[in-house]
Amino acid sequence: MFSSVGLTMTNMLQTTHLSKSFSYKQGGLSRMAGKLGLPAKEQQKVHAVSDVSLSVESGEVLGLVGESGCGKSTVGRMIAGLLPATSGSLSFNGQDITRPSVETHLNIQMVFQNPYASLNPRQRIDRVISEAAVYHGLVEKGQASAFVASLLSQVGLDPSYASRYPHQFSGGQRQRIAIARALALDPKFVVCDEAVSALDVSVQAQILNLFMDLRESKGLTYLFISHNLAVVEYIADRVAIMYLGRIVELADTRSVFTRPNHPYTQALIADAPRLNAKVVEHRPIQGELPSPLNPPTGCAFHPRCPRAMARCTTERPSLVELEDGHWSACHLNDAVNSHPLTFQEMQ
Amino acid sequence: MALLEVNDLVTEFHTEDGVARALDNVSFTLERGKVLGIVGESGSGKSVTAFSLMNLIDPPGRVASGEILFDGEELRGASVQRWSELRGTRMAMVFQDPMMSLNPVMKIGSQLAETVSIHTKATRAEVDERVFQALKRVGIPAPRERMKSYPHELSGGMRQRVAIANAIINNPDLIIADEPTTALDVTIQAQILYEMQNLARESGTALIWITHDISVVKDLADDLCVMYAGRIVERGPVDEVIADPQHPYTRGLIDSLPHAENHGRRLYSIPGATPPLLALPAGCSFAPRCTRAGRICKQIPPVVTDGRREHRCFHPLG
Amino acid sequence: MNLAVLKGGGQYRRTTMMMNDLDAKAIPPERAEPPVAPPEHPMRLLARRYLKSRVGTAAAILFLLITLIAIFAPVIAPQDPYDLTKVSIMEAERHPGETSADGRTVYLLGTDGAGRDMLSAIFYGLRISLGIGVISALAALGIGTFMGLLAAHFGGRLDAIIMRVVDVQLSLPTILVALVLLAVLGQGVDKTLMALVLVQWAIFARNVRGAALVERGKEYIEAALGQGLPARRIMFRHVLPNCMAPLIVTTTNQMANAITLEATMSFLGIGLPQTQPSLGLLISNGFDYMLSNQYWISVFPGVALVLLVVSVSLVGDRLRVALNPKLDS
Repeated sequence: MFSSVGLTMTNMLQTTHLSKSFSYKQGGLSRMAGKLGLPAKEQQKVHAVSDVSLSVESGEVLGLVGESGCGKSTVGRMIAGLLPATSGSLSFNGQDITRPSVETHLNIQMVFQNPYASLNPRQRIDRVISEAAVYHGLVEKGQASAFVASLLSQVGLDPSYASRYPHQFSGGQRQRIAIARALALDPKFVVCDEAVSALDVSVQAQILNLFMDLRESKGLTYLFISHNLAVVEYIADRVAIMYLGRIVELADTRSVFTRPNHPYTQALIADAPRLNAKVVEHRPIQGELPSPLNPPTGCAFHPRCPRAMARCTTERPSLVELEDGHWSACHLNDAVNSHPLTFQEMQ
Repeated sequence: MALLEVNDLVTEFHTEDGVARALDNVSFTLERGKVLGIVGESGSGKSVTAFSLMNLIDPPGRVASGEILFDGEELRGASVQRWSELRGTRMAMVFQDPMMSLNPVMKIGSQLAETVSIHTKATRAEVDERVFQALKRVGIPAPRERMKSYPHELSGGMRQRVAIANAIINNPDLIIADEPTTALDVTIQAQILYEMQNLARESGTALIWITHDISVVKDLADDLCVMYAGRIVERGPVDEVIADPQHPYTRGLIDSLPHAENHGRRLYSIPGATPPLLALPAGCSFAPRCTRAGRICKQIPPVVTDGRREHRCFHPLG
Repeated sequence: MNLAVLKGGGQYRRTTMMMNDLDAKAIPPERAEPPVAPPEHPMRLLARRYLKSRVGTAAAILFLLITLIAIFAPVIAPQDPYDLTKVSIMEAERHPGETSADGRTVYLLGTDGAGRDMLSAIFYGLRISLGIGVISALAALGIGTFMGLLAAHFGGRLDAIIMRVVDVQLSLPTILVALVLLAVLGQGVDKTLMALVLVQWAIFARNVRGAALVERGKEYIEAALGQGLPARRIMFRHVLPNCMAPLIVTTTNQMANAITLEATMSFLGIGLPQTQPSLGLLISNGFDYMLSNQYWISVFPGVALVLLVVSVSLVGDRLRVALNPKLDS
């Protein structure tokens, strides 16, 4: 059973048992066949996100890490009000936002991964940035150009670019425009969904610096979703690791990277290419990511886990607090006689 | 004699807005069995290098001048016939998107078999065995069953493995891999890197690994080339280049990588942006962004080498 | 200072977007390079690309000429062929180039069986043919776009119903449908227009729905949703403008089709009345004279029709290439 993290005064965003599943409606023929008693295709359900409970404190950067199919983007979208949750709840500063409203969007904004697709190609960037702010009445139409100019300079672009179209900008510049658009609604919380993944290394550094600067100057809180561990290690205060729709580990950054508890976290960190890490000849974790349509029984990671036990195939481990603020979902923590080996010990 | 010797390769693209020099006098050598990493950002020309070496540059682009010596044989200007003989047998390529080498409507077993039977005179049984062995070498579980699958039935990582199997199946001397793991998950990437390393070692195949992520090639490559705006700005043994870069761009690239040590502090970032190929600055293309630039940098820096390492810079580091 | 209050909906009141927020620390730009592409207006770029093709430029000039003729026909035509006071049966069946009995007018293209000047008749015919083609295509564009957007936006059953209607309609031959419609509706310009619109809207609906569905999946639409913009606004202000480019070509193609279709109807004697003959009707009227070697009464309107349709088609084709240079074969 998940034991509550505990609501503190500075908890800005909280998700409680958040889940999202997609079901594929059976076609008419399948339904008919079912009614007639004939064998028909099962209605398939994809549990993209299951029972995710997170809290983000005001002013912190929470990293959300995982590989494809883990559900991190889906969590991000639910938080940003782009996708309705199937079950569970969301609250922002104490107010329930499980059903997204305009208010949700004024508080929580999102920066997307692909700078080449997240801007309307037919809109001038001054409209791109100011449209929603004007629509919601945050800015008077007459003030719009001064507003846009200010935002552009805040994200490091020359205000004279306001009359240009997205295709005239590079990837990094477009991402700055996307950030300006997100800032236009004066949010307190920003979800960055792989916001630097599509950028070149040198541009990535610039945009990461921009995020850091904005965090300070505007007092923003971030949910930083990424598959790139080096970036997360750099920018996040705390990190949550997801696997097949569930959180498997949650702790402050240093703990996660120096004392990873869950075997998947250990594998991820060992497998991630690091420039200054010593060359360690270890065999990377085997196996493929399981299909969300057909998840393994018990602990979803057990087919690939080098230390899976019999219990892992039948019983799903719950997220348990091991030490202050360090949570992990692994049966190895329970067993009295087998303590989880740390990353260094694994070598 | 080196397996591959590239001398002053120039590749141009003729667009309606002008001529873009994607490769400007690119030169390097590759010995048998060695791994060369080519690192660069977008627009650096790293992928164009791969395509130029395999004669895959289509109009409006063309390899304008230079030499490509493969085992002593000049490839630039070779006949279509000769290219057909070489590609798939002695030279093979793996692309970022495995669907660039896989036919979506053919079973993977048939595709691999085709690669063998086109180039060799093997019996049906021999072909099947080679397909099986190739799939096994790239780590595909249950190869005999998998042979009957179509590409879309496999995951991204599996598909890339099949593409790699397709490349190695005729035991080539050279494999050119263009960002093969960029689109894959971390754990899958690690597996493939590990397997490629073993493959290269076991079979003595030379490997050119192209990537934008310097950390990926650090363990894999013997030598490293850093490219910027169509030129190789630095080249040398991988550990030396990373530990002690000579070109300011390489230094800047390495310094901008985020990691635990600079947590909470601003990252170093190279000011400015990569110049577009149609509007390159005269002389050193990196000069406008370089803190060390001087008047002399208005000329194209020549290659300076000490035998092991080389660079193109008038004000090198170290 | 400048207080802005949340408009409409919601109990939540956003307080201030103070002016002094705008002075928030401007982060020094990272010396981001200015964009390369000079801010060339997209229309200008399109025009430049289009005019590169000689065929396209010629077709555009021809089309422009035809349009001007059509618009100014009452002014520039030597004779109003439908003013019964001006037309005399005495002038009937004159050869091209002949002069009238009173020596005052030269009939450049001859006269028809009732004494009407062919040149004038063709000018008026172009007016009607082009007018009907353009109006019906534009009306079909409007209706089809609306239906397509509706289908894409709502999805589900509405989408299914609309698309099945479209499927059925597109599977039937247009001439057949038009024939049936006109037989039911009767004669007249307005009825012809109605029939043409009813026949054409389906292709627009299908194209727009397809394009709208593709655009809807893109991240910038998600971003607009994430900014709290209502769905209707997103459909019309974000999705629609991005579907328009391929529609330009479809519209010009449909214009050509409509003109041809209408000509066919008129040739068969349904649709337009004799008092407002299009080129098709002129060709039809002149057909009987072909056997007696008075070709000009049928052939010249035919040539005019061909020129009109070809110029519209070529303009449409070149536009398609200019919009997407990669398609040039």
